[in-house]
Amino acid sequence: MAASSASEYIKHHLGNLTYGQLPAGYERTCHGHEQTLNDATWTFACNAQEASDMGFMAFHVDSLAWSGGLGIIMCLLFWLGARKASAGIPTGFMNFVEIIIEFIDTQVRDSFHGKSKLIAPLSLVIFCWVFLMNLMDLIPVDWVPLTFQWIMTSFFGWTSHEAYFRIVPTTDPNITLSMSISVFLLVIFYSIKVKGVGGFLGELSFKPFEANNIFGKVLLLPINLVLEVIALLAKPVSLGLRLFGNMYAGEFVFILVAAMMGTWQAVAAWPWAVFHILVITLQAFIFMVLTIVYLSMAVEEH
Amino acid sequence: MNINATLIGQAIWFFLFVAFCMKFVWPPISKALEERKQKIAEGLSAADRAERDLVLAQEKASSNLKEAKEKASEIIEQANKRANQIVEEAKDQARIEGERLIEKAHSEIDQEINRAREELRKEVSALALSGAEQVLGREVNRDAHKQLLDDLAAQL
Repeated sequence: MAASSASEYIKHHLGNLTYGQLPAGYERTCHGHEQTLNDATWTFACNAQEASDMGFMAFHVDSLAWSGGLGIIMCLLFWLGARKASAGIPTGFMNFVEIIIEFIDTQVRDSFHGKSKLIAPLSLVIFCWVFLMNLMDLIPVDWVPLTFQWIMTSFFGWTSHEAYFRIVPTTDPNITLSMSISVFLLVIFYSIKVKGVGGFLGELSFKPFEANNIFGKVLLLPINLVLEVIALLAKPVSLGLRLFGNMYAGEFVFILVAAMMGTWQAVAAWPWAVFHILVITLQAFIFMVLTIVYLSMAVEEH
Repeated sequence: MNINATLIGQAIWFFLFVAFCMKFVWPPISKALEERKQKIAEGLSAADRAERDLVLAQEKASSNLKEAKEKASEIIEQANKRANQIVEEAKDQARIEGERLIEKAHSEIDQEINRAREELRKEVSALALSGAEQVLGREVNRDAHKQLLDDLAAQL
């Protein structure tokens, strides 16, 4: 494969199917013809430039569809399990559900010492959902995108270059950051709920450097505030970027292998996929455990 | 690699799934698990209780058995005693009866002797009379010598 086409192949594989608003007067070449938009228009981006020109008002349809679909499948499976749940002898599928539930429950009990109805189901959703989203990484990189490309070019008149499609939601920083920011908001909510606004702000202002008199406290306040706010903000950023980084790197290796070896990619991709099984499970687990730890730090005095 | 409203979309998914699991998934399953835990604990304690009950029952059974054995031996002893008593009584009765029979026999023998003696006496007097008649060659008047004959008979 030539170098330019390889890089194009990689770029195409790293683009999301983006639906967003293009501003009025935007000039574009799409579906094989040029046009100038009269009004601000909601449409699918035809190339990476358009996707970035859409700014914030855009959705990665592929990421949202896969994450939503996988989440719905997960919820349905657990719902089926929950309907069959009884104190009797568990069978088949119920065993599997109970193993997961007990595993999550143990993790939550080990790290979180407060009482909360939210934290256990939250951990369950994070672990299973992230795991399922990561699992999409193990599907050979071209299968689903090529199918999508074929459908769009055959029935909707798109050119093959315009049909971006990614099936691993966790390789999209929007997805991972969205989850980590949600967790971060929960952390702040629980901090304020347990310690009060004063307590929460006090923790930011008077630690880690402590002083006994008012003068010392005021003097140390800016340093403390900077340190603690950075520490606080680092949580969601590191949480989201860790997952994104790991999955993106893994996906990138698959894409590189596919770009360089073409049909023979399975030879090189298979060992990486086996290794990747560990990574996807571990990353889902880490995301869940850190969520529990952050929330338990939020509700505990320290 | 654009940051855009996907953030919001994903947050909505996240919220929906967590809410769903919080309402419909976690409570029934954890409740079932809790119930099962309790059931197992109850089962185990019931098994413990049953084991204790079994030991108690065995103890009771063996004590009952012992008691029964004691009672049985007591009864047998009593029966033996009673049997001995009956035998003794029977022996005594037999002895008394024997003695009575012997006594009766004795008295009968005595009566017989007396009667024989009486008859002998009569016969002796008759013999003496006839002897005397023969000696005297004539008839002896019985009435005349009655006194004499009676004395003779009495001396025999």
